[in-house]
Amino acid sequence: MSISYVNYRILKEPRKGTLICTFITLQGSRLSKGKFEFFEHTADIIIVAHGETLEEAFENAALATFEVMTDTKKIEGESRETVEVDGFDHEALLYNWIETLLVRFETTGNIYSEFTVKKIQKTDSGYKLKAILLGEKFDPKKHPSKVGVKAITYHRMKITQTLHKSNVRFVLDI
Amino acid sequence: MDGKRRHWTPTHKVPIKKLDTFTWRIPQEYKPGMRVPGVVFADDELLEKMKTDRTLEQCANVAHLPGIYKHAITLPDGHEGYGFPIGGVAATDFDEGVLSPGGVGYDINCGVRLLTTNLTEHDLRPKLADLTNTIFKNVPCGLGSRRKDFIIKMDELDRLVTEGVSWLVEQGMGWKEDAEHCEEKGSMESANPDKVSNTAKKRGTTQIGTLGSGNHFLEIQKVDKIYNPTVAKAFGINNVGQITVMIHCGSRGYGHQICSDYLRIMERAVDKYKISLPDRELACSPGNTKEAGDYFQAMSCAVNYAFVNRQAITYWVRQGFEQVFRQPAETFNLQLVYDVAHNIAKIEEHDIEGKRKKVWTHRKGATRAFPPNSPEIPSDYRDFGQPVIIPGSMGSSSWLLVGTKKSMEVSFGSTAHGAGRMMSRSAAKRKFWGGDIKRALEKRGIIVRAASAVVLAEEADPAYKNVDKVVDVSNKLGIATHVVRLLPMAVVKG
Repeated sequence: MSISYVNYRILKEPRKGTLICTFITLQGSRLSKGKFEFFEHTADIIIVAHGETLEEAFENAALATFEVMTDTKKIEGESRETVEVDGFDHEALLYNWIETLLVRFETTGNIYSEFTVKKIQKTDSGYKLKAILLGEKFDPKKHPSKVGVKAITYHRMKITQTLHKSNVRFVLDI
Repeated sequence: MDGKRRHWTPTHKVPIKKLDTFTWRIPQEYKPGMRVPGVVFADDELLEKMKTDRTLEQCANVAHLPGIYKHAITLPDGHEGYGFPIGGVAATDFDEGVLSPGGVGYDINCGVRLLTTNLTEHDLRPKLADLTNTIFKNVPCGLGSRRKDFIIKMDELDRLVTEGVSWLVEQGMGWKEDAEHCEEKGSMESANPDKVSNTAKKRGTTQIGTLGSGNHFLEIQKVDKIYNPTVAKAFGINNVGQITVMIHCGSRGYGHQICSDYLRIMERAVDKYKISLPDRELACSPGNTKEAGDYFQAMSCAVNYAFVNRQAITYWVRQGFEQVFRQPAETFNLQLVYDVAHNIAKIEEHDIEGKRKKVWTHRKGATRAFPPNSPEIPSDYRDFGQPVIIPGSMGSSSWLLVGTKKSMEVSFGSTAHGAGRMMSRSAAKRKFWGGDIKRALEKRGIIVRAASAVVLAEEADPAYKNVDKVVDVSNKLGIATHVVRLLPMAVVKG
């Protein structure tokens, strides 16, 4: 795979000296608040989300997931919810985090565009995180329907962390 | 840049040997952990396509499963999935072998049903737009949609998944013969809702009776060509131009959650039973363990949920005909030909090396294709074989085939399930624009109603392999043979 396979790349608040290339897709995704990329997969979608910290990468992973389903810029943060998620390793934590959001969407009918992940903490049985979600009721008249997400998978999942950069990669089953 | 991240063997390096025109073998020696060889059924062109992603590597990985018999099979529509390729079959020993949720997939009993009518293209054409609009309104599709008059409570959901299609028929949403014409008669007896999490149940109550999105669809079709008139007649198809309706969807969030819940359980089982696997998504547990037994009972609930889901949609389709023609649905003889699962695990018996063996048959993107005289198929079809329904991509043909004895010999009674993707979703979106796809189809006289323009682009016909070629391999191999070719007149997409 080469860079030409990148569908689009969206960067949050560019920092000085950062070269930004923005690929705009046909359906008109423009510069958004998040920081993630969509990559090729025969049947589904690969997301790579970035952040200065793992928490930020998790926030952007969530935003990317909702961007697959709708245009997240059309979502207003009217309701505020808190969630707690745990997992025995970082991969399981990411899996459970995205799954929690998909379940919330399906059971409450709310969609979200702002995510604040509080510090990911080490516990006796692995890791846990607490997050605040801002969103509102899904309204097909206001929020364009893209494609539904069935599930997050472990397929090709990869989490990398360096001092100032974290990346999470995962595949959504569509 | 992605090259750096690549940690897998490029599939073109997987050794593969041609055995005959449509049969290829990945030798067992390819990887030390393989317990059987891999077998791929494809023509040269379909095989070339499989080499471009991880299909063949995944086929070899499936061959690692403890207790797997004969070979890991990839069908002509095979493409990369998670753990298992999509378009694959694996049979494992009932006691010594393993049961793997990944071998079924997230969308448990994603499947398809076909209805016939006594209308012809000529009868329907003037009312087609009206009928399509009515069905689009009747059947909830796309993100977050549902019918306000079809609310299932938690306790009803447990009954629904225990009893399957006949429960919905009792509620007045079906004809009494409907259940008979479903795989498993519309209900797996092994269903036990106590093995299903509350989260899955919550997702289930909000999504029952919805089509969903992605590759799921509802089509009004016409018979284009009849290849086997005797069998076609037995299945209720008598003439070219006859109208049929096809419904393709699955178990929605209920099934997805069950798969996810049990993948977690199976991951622990892999450690507990010291199973060595080449991929986390192949997580499994020996057939005789509690983990496997619980998964099978929960999976059976999702299987029944999906049958009921398609049954509810059938009811609203019949209602649509009534609303548009102002006559009862019975007038149009909207009979269910058959309802088949494409993602399922079954307890079956197969002849293996001269012995009758009880196995777990995993069908992931595969259709059961049982021969004549099988007790598992409806009595009125028993002389002919099981109907096999293979949907094509949007705007292309779909097929009705019939199961054969050969499928029992070579593919554990299975064949392909669809066209199989060729192009990724993002590539399709770059290449196509939903509005253009819709106009191009309408130019060909195909009406399209879709909840999402993005889905139209992602699901554009050229993003898929040619279903006629996939079916041709099945027909020439003789694992399920041509009966009828169907062409779309109207498409309803999520």
